[in-house]
Amino acid sequence: MATEPLLEASGVVKSFGAVLALRNASLEVAPGEVVALMGANGAGKSTLVKILTGAIRPDAGQIRIKGRDHRVHSPAQARQTGLVPVYQEPSLIPDLDVAANLRLSNTPVEPFLKWVEELGIAGLHLDEPVLRLPLATLRILDLARALASEPDVLLLDEMTAALPTDLVERVLKVVRQQCELDRSVIYISHRFSEISSLCDRATVLRDGETVGTVEVGPGSEERIVEMMLGAPVKSAEEIVRATGSALPVQTQETPRLRVRNLSSGTKLSDVSFEMRAGEVLGVVALEGQGQDELFEVLAGFERPSGGHIEIDGRDVRFHHPADAIAAGHVYVPGDRADALLMQRSVRENIALPFYARPFRWGNINMGKEKSRVGAAIERLQIDTRAQGEVQRLSGGNQQKVTIARWIAAGVRTLLCFDPTRGIDIRTKREIYPLLRELADQGSSVLLYTSELEEVQLACDRAVVIFNGRVVDVIDAHDADEPTLMRAAYGLTAGDANAKAPTGEAAEASPS
Amino acid sequence: MTMPAQDDLSIAKRIRRFLRDHPLVPLVVLLIALVVILELMRPGIFNERWIGNTIKFAIPLAMLAACQTLTMLTGGIDLSVGIAATISAFVVATQVAILGTPGAIAVSLIPAILIGIANGIGVGLFRVHPLIMTLGTGLIGTGCLQVYQRTVIATGSSVPDILAWLGTGRTFGAPNSLLVFVPMAALIIYALRRTGFGRLLYALGENEDAARLAGVRSWQVILALYALSGLIAGITGLIYVGLIKAPSLSLAVPLLLPSVAAAVIGGTSIFGGRGTYSGTIVGALILTVLTTMLTVLQMPEGSRRILFGLIILAVTAVYVRITEDS
Repeated sequence: MATEPLLEASGVVKSFGAVLALRNASLEVAPGEVVALMGANGAGKSTLVKILTGAIRPDAGQIRIKGRDHRVHSPAQARQTGLVPVYQEPSLIPDLDVAANLRLSNTPVEPFLKWVEELGIAGLHLDEPVLRLPLATLRILDLARALASEPDVLLLDEMTAALPTDLVERVLKVVRQQCELDRSVIYISHRFSEISSLCDRATVLRDGETVGTVEVGPGSEERIVEMMLGAPVKSAEEIVRATGSALPVQTQETPRLRVRNLSSGTKLSDVSFEMRAGEVLGVVALEGQGQDELFEVLAGFERPSGGHIEIDGRDVRFHHPADAIAAGHVYVPGDRADALLMQRSVRENIALPFYARPFRWGNINMGKEKSRVGAAIERLQIDTRAQGEVQRLSGGNQQKVTIARWIAAGVRTLLCFDPTRGIDIRTKREIYPLLRELADQGSSVLLYTSELEEVQLACDRAVVIFNGRVVDVIDAHDADEPTLMRAAYGLTAGDANAKAPTGEAAEASPS
Repeated sequence: MTMPAQDDLSIAKRIRRFLRDHPLVPLVVLLIALVVILELMRPGIFNERWIGNTIKFAIPLAMLAACQTLTMLTGGIDLSVGIAATISAFVVATQVAILGTPGAIAVSLIPAILIGIANGIGVGLFRVHPLIMTLGTGLIGTGCLQVYQRTVIATGSSVPDILAWLGTGRTFGAPNSLLVFVPMAALIIYALRRTGFGRLLYALGENEDAARLAGVRSWQVILALYALSGLIAGITGLIYVGLIKAPSLSLAVPLLLPSVAAAVIGGTSIFGGRGTYSGTIVGALILTVLTTMLTVLQMPEGSRRILFGLIILAVTAVYVRITEDS
């Protein structure tokens, strides 16, 4: 690059307690350039963004804007230096009208309205209360507000995620125009198609470190995926599967769970898949692709806005988690704190579902409870030294309690949302065999995991969800990390054989 | 208990842990200290008669405080119990001449339970905040009682003998109201520890999402809870009218705020999930002894109330401090 970079970050380090979120991150943006910031879940993207925008401070490292040291202590200060972010979540205050929001952020109205029109929102009234506006409009307003302040560097985080196609086109056009004015854009997105049409370069983060920058062009996608994954990944044969091999396909059998055209809210648009008895089915998706909604619908927390759920061939509707539990669907949520009574004992936490129904509200048979709970504790090898209060247990043991509860209560279909997030490796290695064991005893397990290697360790097959839809169904045997990563980014798999053995997605359509 | 790591703990930490595991101990110590102070202030006051009287007056308070303890465990509160108790008392006194004692007692409990059911529907199904819901039903109950009073103005009132016997009588020196209170208290303590319903109260108060995830339909629990609270309030009203012997339109209302205080002093968290009924009983005794003490001091009413309020605040603050995790 001949010109001096507009923004330059190097050697950025940030740790949260014992966790090193960024070890050596760098990023360089030249005037008039669009740079994609890429990285798998947990690579440190959001930490770097927060540092650039002044939300948190780095432990070490240098950030320069236009050659000058960029030391910001608050997001407001970052705006003044010319770096304006547009976040994934709308940032207008819902209870105020649009005009009041503009006054709050000192945004000039004329340019704002000009940008709103440019971006394709017609007939916006400034006295409209923000909470009545649809999500897509809110995101456009956020962008227009950012543009109206004429930023040197615009940071767009998943800008197109909630937008319909026509608005996406407008956004991309406006971003290109910015570059012609010698302004720069940092573009964070999971959509490769947008990145290849928009970005000049892509900077890739992995494990808190900038591992390289790629000129975007034909074939660069493969290189980016490779860089996000790191060293060539172990092939399926090298990974020791916890138990046996995939089950033989029993196509004639009615599936335990069949989901058809399921939709919910704006995130989950059309998901269909089947899960057999005795199967561990993985769900692979980037953050926010609809997997949260899928699990909440299957667990009875949310009602779907469309589609069908069939259990053993019968249509079911859940109005409450209790309905789902009655149908054998039990849920281990992503956040352990959502499932546990932190001040109560291990025993009470495990026994909680026993007493949910009114005819079980009476006397507790303490001996029977003790033996049922004891058996579950034994099976999961929960460390019971601090069993008086669950909050004194380690994260891994807490997670085991949330699973043990359903083993004690009885389980047909276990819905596990990222059960190994943030727990120690030893516990992880105990959880995979447990899931396999449950499956071998005839239960079904739906496992969403943010760690791709877990798919081959624990699953028989994996469905890949992108943008609220199932984009691929992959046999565990073929589900190495590059394949999954490509699929998760919505890239059609180059090698067709990854798709060949499974025709499930097609079969799921109503006949 | 084997705690190998305990050797390294300082004495202060050990005391703290002991207090946390046995939250009733400091309360009992405080109660004994208050009685000792009272005996020093007025030597000879501590005798069988005084103990009997203290228990007699503490029982209606402890019973209303049971309603607060149970509802607070779920993060709620029941501000309608004062008027629910009053309605039961008033109805039984005015109906006994018409329906006879058993009939009047049965009829008098109905409005109290109805108030409880209304609370349960509002809080459990329509998700109205318990404070607002029970305040509202309490006011409605007050209005209904005034209307009812006009229809029975000619009837006159009398307290049934059995209630007077229960409220004021003694057997071998022990107040007869213990005959109602002891089984009720035992039942509540047992229910909280050893029944599914008790477990669910703690679960709802600590983490309603977790309870929901475990398949608990919270409205069912809440409805049963507030109906139970209404029933206990009604029974309290019957005992209390036997003690006071003069039914009025605001008989048990002055007990409402002390009942909340008794539960809080007894270690029940108003945020839910924590508390025991045994603590509440000691809390009710502490409040009753305090009242006696302030009366003995012969202070003017105003300063007495100020002191009462300050003592409640101080006791609660210290107690929460020493029993909570640091």
